[in-house]
Amino acid sequence: MTTANAALFQASSLNHRNARVQSLYRMLFGLMTLMLIAPVLIILGTLIHKGGGAISWEFLFTAPTDGMRTGGVLPALLGTVWLVMVALLLSVPIGIFAAIYLSEYAGDNWFTRVINLAIINLAGVPSIVHALFGLGAFVIFFKFGTSILAASMTLAVMTMPVVIVATRESLQSVPLAFREACWNMGATRWQTIRKVVLPNSITGILTGVILEVSRTAGETAPIMFTGAVFFTPFLPQSVFDQTMALSLHLFVAATQVPGIAEEVPFGVALVLIGLVLLMNSASIAFRMWLRGKKKW
Amino acid sequence: MVSQSALERVELAGQDGAASAAPRIKLAVKDLTISYGKAAALKDVNLEIREHEIFGIIGPANAGKTSFLKAVNRMDVFNTGMHVAGEIRFNGLDTRHLKNVYALRSRIGVVFPLPVGLPMTVYENVALSPRLRGIKNKAELDVIVQRCLTRAALWDEVKDRLHALGSLLSGGQQQRLTIARALSQEPDLLMLDEFSIAVDPVTTMRIEDVLKELRREVTIILVTNLVQQARRLADRTAFFLNGECVEVGVTEDLFTGEVKDRRTRDYVEGRFG
Repeated sequence: MTTANAALFQASSLNHRNARVQSLYRMLFGLMTLMLIAPVLIILGTLIHKGGGAISWEFLFTAPTDGMRTGGVLPALLGTVWLVMVALLLSVPIGIFAAIYLSEYAGDNWFTRVINLAIINLAGVPSIVHALFGLGAFVIFFKFGTSILAASMTLAVMTMPVVIVATRESLQSVPLAFREACWNMGATRWQTIRKVVLPNSITGILTGVILEVSRTAGETAPIMFTGAVFFTPFLPQSVFDQTMALSLHLFVAATQVPGIAEEVPFGVALVLIGLVLLMNSASIAFRMWLRGKKKW
Repeated sequence: MVSQSALERVELAGQDGAASAAPRIKLAVKDLTISYGKAAALKDVNLEIREHEIFGIIGPANAGKTSFLKAVNRMDVFNTGMHVAGEIRFNGLDTRHLKNVYALRSRIGVVFPLPVGLPMTVYENVALSPRLRGIKNKAELDVIVQRCLTRAALWDEVKDRLHALGSLLSGGQQQRLTIARALSQEPDLLMLDEFSIAVDPVTTMRIEDVLKELRREVTIILVTNLVQQARRLADRTAFFLNGECVEVGVTEDLFTGEVKDRRTRDYVEGRFG
């Protein structure tokens, strides 16, 4: 009996082979993950190492002086906040409402399929093309001039597909059985969306919004024709003003200003990344708070 | 000027003036045919369901039982592939030509084979339907929630955890929660679709007792693949087979008396299906 058991649990050559292959794949996946985070760590490390010295209260809260060689980044920092906020205000409601329509109301027919295809293609349009579209449509045709409004609208058009796709995906992750149970009670589609679908997809929708914040804050091409300027000593007062922006300021400081201290462009990049991380953290905290309130 | 939907609501509530000695008909089905694309799920079904009876529907898989329930509740509007022809009269009103399907559905409670606890608390699950009807008063909702949970034989088990998630309950408790939720609609008609599939035998017996109690107030359609369950509960029973309504009759007759169709006897005696 015992000998039979011993034979049963003796590792065969097949077992050995499976174990080897398994550890090989595990190593491969682990290595890929490491390669994924390595650039992030290198970038952050370089920025902190080279640009950390530039960061001070003065750097954050004063305007650039002496042809941007000295002083701070306040107009660019505020400008980026303005651009991101206005773009979000435009694209998040439109994107979410459109996604709700596509996912919850529209039937599956050739027309909605064309719309979905268009959305995916819109997400693939290069940002410089969006920039030219924004210049033609918002700056010239709608006569907004180069302004925060025109730049934010361009950014909104560019990032809306991300919001729509993320929202639609998370709406469709809510099981159909939940909707059917609610419809069976005599609820309308909107009541079902309001009471059952949205509360269970809001965290996924927020993920889409977070992705959009990062992308919006970092984009340079779409805003340089439509609202952002190299330099202005004035802080933006309304959406019709031109503004500086961190991304463009970084480009300018890194390439267009001779004799600038090396730490300044790195400092600007650090502020930009810090701002994005701050906005992301805020929305992640909000998402966690929501998740704590509602779960299945 | 009475609006179409207001008129329908009055009629859906039943014509109380038309009392007579004959049993009142809750649901009259005439020449009902349901098809998905070219495949027919149900062909030429004719039957009547009386008020305050438990009407059993038995039959093997693919008999068209669930499609029948969906057609009654007008859930076909959510399924573009589902085509329904014929006539279904609920309280005498043709549901096929109803504008206000929401009023119809709100008067029909449905319990699914697998419990669908909505991702909210026990309390919210039961309070959802009253809230959809516009009841906001907390005290009023409390009363409804307690009454429905009690009638579904669940109150004692959940009264201390009303604000825990419904999905944390056990399978049998969740099924009773969905029954409580259906009752919170104050339905005229309760449709149960193989409710005991995911429920243990003891809980099944408890729910069956609940149903016997409930029939005084509501009409119940009990779809089941357990013929003995139909025998225990149903006053009259229909036998569906491959989309055909083979036989409708007093339940006991199906088991002991004369049946018109041999297949009925074969099925209830377990010779196939």
